[in-house]
Order: sequence, then C-alpha cells, then structure tokens
Amino acid sequence: MLLIHCPYCDDTLPELEFAYAGEAHIARPADPSKLSDEEWRDFLFIRSNPRGLHAERWRHINGCGRFFNALRDTVSDRFLTTYPAGHPRPDVTKLEAAE
Amino acid sequence: MNAPVKSFDAVSVAVLPPVARLNLRIAPANLAVASAAFGLTLPTKIGQGVAKKGHAAWCLGPDEWLLHAPEADQAAIVADFTAARVKAPHSLTVISDREFTIAITGPRAQEFLSVACPLDLSRMAPGTAKRTLFDTAQVVLIRDADDAFRIEVWRSFFPHVSDLLDIALREFACGL
Ligand SMILES: [Zn+2]
Repeated sequence: MLLIHCPYCDDTLPELEFAYAGEAHIARPADPSKLSDEEWRDFLFIRSNPRGLHAERWRHINGCGRFFNALRDTVSDRFLTTYPAGHPRPDVTKLEAAE
Repeated sequence: MNAPVKSFDAVSVAVLPPVARLNLRIAPANLAVASAAFGLTLPTKIGQGVAKKGHAAWCLGPDEWLLHAPEADQAAIVADFTAARVKAPHSLTVISDREFTIAITGPRAQEFLSVACPLDLSRMAPGTAKRTLFDTAQVVLIRDADDAFRIEVWRSFFPHVSDLLDIALREFACGL
C-alpha cells in the first residue's frame, strides 16, 4: 500500500484514506464563452498524461477532507512531495538536490 | 440503544450510551468565538483533543471540530452558538443521532483494531482522534488511553462494523 503525506494533517497515512482527483494546476478559463470548441474540449478532456513526474490532485477524503497536490512519478509510483492546494508546483531540481 | 457488552480478558467491546455530538466548521481565525461558546479552548492541531467537565472537542480538519457533551446540554450549546453567530459565521450541525459510539478497551485493544483499521496505531497518542476508515466504513477513531479506544460510526454502517468486531472478538477469544 502507498503511504501519502497529507500537508494539512502533516502526517503520512495509508493510501486507503485518500482519493485521486486528476491532474493539478488546470485553471478554469475565466470566460468560457470566448473559447472555441477546440479550446473548450482541450480544457475539459486533454491532459498531459506524462510518463514520469506528474502534478496531481488528491483528496484526504477519509481524513481531514482537504484537496491537496502531489508530485508523483507515474512509473515508480513514488511521491516526491505533496503541497497545499493553491501553492505553485515545486521546483523538482531543488527537491532532487535535497535528497 | 445499549447492546450487550461483549468481552473476554484482553478486549471488551461495548456500545456506549447516547451523547450530544456536534460538528463545527469555523474559520481558524474565529476559533476564540467558538471556544467561548463551548466553554473549552478548542485545539488547533489536527488530531488534538481537549476535555473539561464533560465537554470534549477534537480537531478533525483545518476548519473542522467534533464536539461531545452530555445529552442534556445539547440545546444550550446550540443556543450559545446561535448567539455567537453574530460575532463569527460558522456552521454547527447536530449529529447526535447520526452515529453510535463503540468503546474498545483492554490490553489488546490496539492489536484488535488492526483487524480493519489501516493506521499505524502505535503512533496514535492518547487524547487524539482522527477520521479514518474501519474496513470500508468511514469512522472517527478516538484514542482515550493506551488501552482504550472509541469508534464513532454512522448508523447505516453500524451493522457492518459491529459484525466485523464480533468476528474479530471470537477469533481473539479462541486464540487465532
Ligand atoms: Zn489530511
């Protein structure tokens, strides 16, 4: 089982307490009616789906209830870090240098 | 409802009598208003609990608290919070009838809970509480002492959780 660190609880807890919630840092367009159909489709459905590092949303649904973001390697399933919702994506080179 | 106490030497399981339960959501900056209304300094760290004169509170999330008090005090508490609403907006929901509390006590209580609780309970300090899972049911787990826990479970999940505890108790009693 994966262990995930909740930045609000400041505790590392079993994956069972968490729910995955898709790619992070996707901002809703300020004025959707100005978008073309293609742009709206891209916002709704097109995701980066990388092989490797992925910034993604998780929710501590069976815990504090909060959404937060995580950087996870989609190949190894390793979590590099988690951070509160609304914070920018952390600089990966710094994280790796710190290890 | 008081189900019969079921126990053997190492673990006892009992459904506790009713209690006033309230769920509080308030901005942390306004917490002092809630503390004054409830008559207890509410904890600010998730997991932390405090208790005084029959009132108890645990912080479950960044802006969420679980409150316990004697049943007879419930109406007064709701009235006090209603009066405090002019000072600080908040939501106070009475959840007394939504849940049952099951007490699990005894020297092997921690080991017993591991049948369906995914947490590393050796890291859970007495006096703390957290929302978690018991098998597939969402519960609030309270640790009162090294050998004393409470599970707060929604009524609709109660038969499932209760059956699991029964099975585990029989397994423990016959030495499995
Ligand atoms: Zn959390």
